[in-house]
Amino acid sequence: MTNSIREIEGMEVIFVIGSNTKETHPVIANMMLKALHKGTKLIVADPRRVPLVRFSEIFLRLKPGTDVALLNGMAHVILKEGLHNDEFINERTEGFDEWEKSIETFTPHNASKITGIPEEEIIKAAKLYGGSRKAGIFYTMGITQHTHGTDNVNAIANLALITGNIGREHTGINPLRGQNNVQGACDAGCLPNVYPGYQRVDMPMVKKKFEDAWGVRLSDKEGLKSTEMVESAFKGKLKALYVLGENPMLTDPNIEHTRKALAKLEFMVVQDIFLTETAALADVVLPAACFAEKNGTFINTERKVQLVRKAVEPPGDAKEDSRIIAELSNRIGYPMRYSSAEEISEELGSLWPALSGISYSRIRANGIHWPCPTKDHPGTEYLYKAGFPRGKVSFTPVKYVPPAEVTDNDYPFILTTGRNLFQYHGGSMTRRVAPIEKHAGEPYVEINTEDAKKAGIKDGEKIKVTSRRGQIEIKARVTDRISSGVLFIPMHYREAAANMITTDALDPHAKTPEFKVCAVKIEK
Amino acid sequence: MVTLTIDGKNIAMPEGTTVLDAARMFNIEIPTLCHHPKLTPFGGCRLCIVEVKGVPRPLTSCTTPVSEGMEVTTSTPALEDLRKTMLELILSDHPNDCMVCEKAGDCTLQELAYFYGIRENRFGGERRIYEKKDGNPFIERDMGKCILCGRCVKVCDEIQGVGAIDFAYRGFKSKICPTFEKDLDCEFCGQCVAVCPTGALTGKMWQLRGRQKDIKGIDTTCPYCGTGCNLTLHVRQNEVVRVTSKEDTWNEGWLCAKGRFGYSFINSPDRLTKPLIRIVTRDKGQGTSKNNDSSLVTCRSSLFREASWDEALDYIAAKLKEIKERHGADSIAGLSSARCTTEENYLFQKFMRAAVGTNNVDHCARL
Repeated sequence: MTNSIREIEGMEVIFVIGSNTKETHPVIANMMLKALHKGTKLIVADPRRVPLVRFSEIFLRLKPGTDVALLNGMAHVILKEGLHNDEFINERTEGFDEWEKSIETFTPHNASKITGIPEEEIIKAAKLYGGSRKAGIFYTMGITQHTHGTDNVNAIANLALITGNIGREHTGINPLRGQNNVQGACDAGCLPNVYPGYQRVDMPMVKKKFEDAWGVRLSDKEGLKSTEMVESAFKGKLKALYVLGENPMLTDPNIEHTRKALAKLEFMVVQDIFLTETAALADVVLPAACFAEKNGTFINTERKVQLVRKAVEPPGDAKEDSRIIAELSNRIGYPMRYSSAEEISEELGSLWPALSGISYSRIRANGIHWPCPTKDHPGTEYLYKAGFPRGKVSFTPVKYVPPAEVTDNDYPFILTTGRNLFQYHGGSMTRRVAPIEKHAGEPYVEINTEDAKKAGIKDGEKIKVTSRRGQIEIKARVTDRISSGVLFIPMHYREAAANMITTDALDPHAKTPEFKVCAVKIEK
Repeated sequence: MVTLTIDGKNIAMPEGTTVLDAARMFNIEIPTLCHHPKLTPFGGCRLCIVEVKGVPRPLTSCTTPVSEGMEVTTSTPALEDLRKTMLELILSDHPNDCMVCEKAGDCTLQELAYFYGIRENRFGGERRIYEKKDGNPFIERDMGKCILCGRCVKVCDEIQGVGAIDFAYRGFKSKICPTFEKDLDCEFCGQCVAVCPTGALTGKMWQLRGRQKDIKGIDTTCPYCGTGCNLTLHVRQNEVVRVTSKEDTWNEGWLCAKGRFGYSFINSPDRLTKPLIRIVTRDKGQGTSKNNDSSLVTCRSSLFREASWDEALDYIAAKLKEIKERHGADSIAGLSSARCTTEENYLFQKFMRAAVGTNNVDHCARL
């Protein structure tokens, strides 16, 4: 998030696109409701009538995978209505003219044809967002999990740039991160192209800095992204995989393919708190401690570093992940000796100025938002106050490209996947919580009332959902929450795993799978 | 700004502030049951009554805004007498079972009864009898203990935007219930449980797991989504028995169903407790996606044998070294975890880069 959660309350307009905030980030939705009580206006763009729609001024029900057309269409209206921010465009951006040409064809009429949203709704939304200088955009995987996810994000950035709705309090671009510490994992350098703090592995100066700090020669070759690891294993190139607290056998697309790929590995280690589907394939399984059994920090979606405190002892011989990693490293000939999580945190802070000023003693009561370069720095609630790090930022022209797999006569439905309120990700935690299992323990596919009627499907009836990759049997949930022609399956349930049928087509830049669109058919 | 006196203290407050908020800002104690700082005022419990000079009757301070020159008295024998009477009336229709109540020690009503020394009750009479019948798995609704303060109704509507419950019926028959008195079927955020001043609303999974004695509260951060709500884990005998969130946290004490009620995985019997080494080849006995939990757990013994840490780590170290020698460091990859701490993630990528020698390290940010 370029803003902090606190700032939501002061926004005039909240534009939520591709985020089921009320179910996946419920407490952020609470903060949005707080703003709405004070008169803030809400725009929701989603293929499904998600719970947040109830509170919206405008609901843009777009066809899955047509976000670029909607966003460009809104930009078109903003320019035509003169709601753009010339001063901001001139001072802080470049490439406007070229980009302006690129959206000429995205008239509300054309955008409407592609997205299925009425023209006047697009115009209304554009005027509302473009007319405010305190507007925040919020998105999640509904934007990124597409073969053109990067394009979607760029189209969002363009919208913020023409209005100048970024770099000030109460306005910005806010991707809501799905996992407790996905921000921290990125920040700490668990990415194949960058060291901690997004410092690139292929830059000699940077490499030298880390070689000096770690006392060892490092590789300057960019590594494999998670989705590429599976491919590399499938081709027999990748021989060994060490998995820490992940379950690709449920959360990666096209599970059958993942299984074949992992089976080809010579050696696999899984370190987890449960014997997951992936762990069952491992050569060695190491028992880890869970969040309540260790000290450390999580960094949340607003870049805030917060403490995690040990409350109980881990069961049996289970150990903190940090101790396991250090002990393994010692045996492999690269000694790691740390007496506490705090010591590790300080080492990370010494290598990335954005965290240098954050110490455990400073965040005992309240977290601090990075960047926080010095011990007396208060942290940074919103980014780009003093301008963008690279000076002027560019508009990126974005074309509308349909999803990798479109519907046809054989596979006439679009399947989109996601989460529900009660379960979490692969479910290894929530599916072991009895009340949650009792209330939301059964997989289901959402199907539109009309579609169900046509196919003679009753609510609660088991149906087969088939794609070119696989088939699952699953109970139908007949509802108008979903549009005609679209199906929704939550990803959590191993017994009817949505990822048996999802496509492994990836965004060419981010390598994010297209979980939000694939073509399927249904049978009774 | 408006200037007034409360209990003789000169106070300046912005217009629109209530007398109750003004008093509390100056640490002047006024008892309340229905008032909650994050909810709109209700004026239902009548305990916050104060005397205002020139006004013949006591006023509820939670609904009375400050005004210029106002002279407020928060405690007089007459006011305390009225408060005690109010409490006695509430308690006359409340089970006297603090000894077995989940909320004892953390109950506003119990605390007030203690301060006002209410043991006997002058107002014996008809009692409302409720049956505990709500089958939802999260929230115990023991409506015999409900004092109709309305906090749960307000929090559900104003904070959560759900409106799953409301007042029904009139007078003595008033009660709070879901539509048509059905079982609760809502988002189960438990905000209502958090604001209930009595034992009427509690977590079903909290029962008989310990109340206040021997409970340690540990402040931490939620392990689910990226919002990062602040939690307090209530621990008794090395077990997390309850999760709450404090009102003074950035998330104002609000949580969701997962954060508030989704903690029992910590103590699940399925937890891995020993390093395991595979005893059959990988093509046999694979975990399949059709497997449910129990079959995965039962297959554990057919696929793996337990090992010591030394054996498991030595084995991994030898295998990784061997593979690196034969195929190079880039034939090895690591998938880190967005569930682990930042420190662990830092250490994991350092291990892959510095110890193994590859940049093949990533995590599930894309999934």
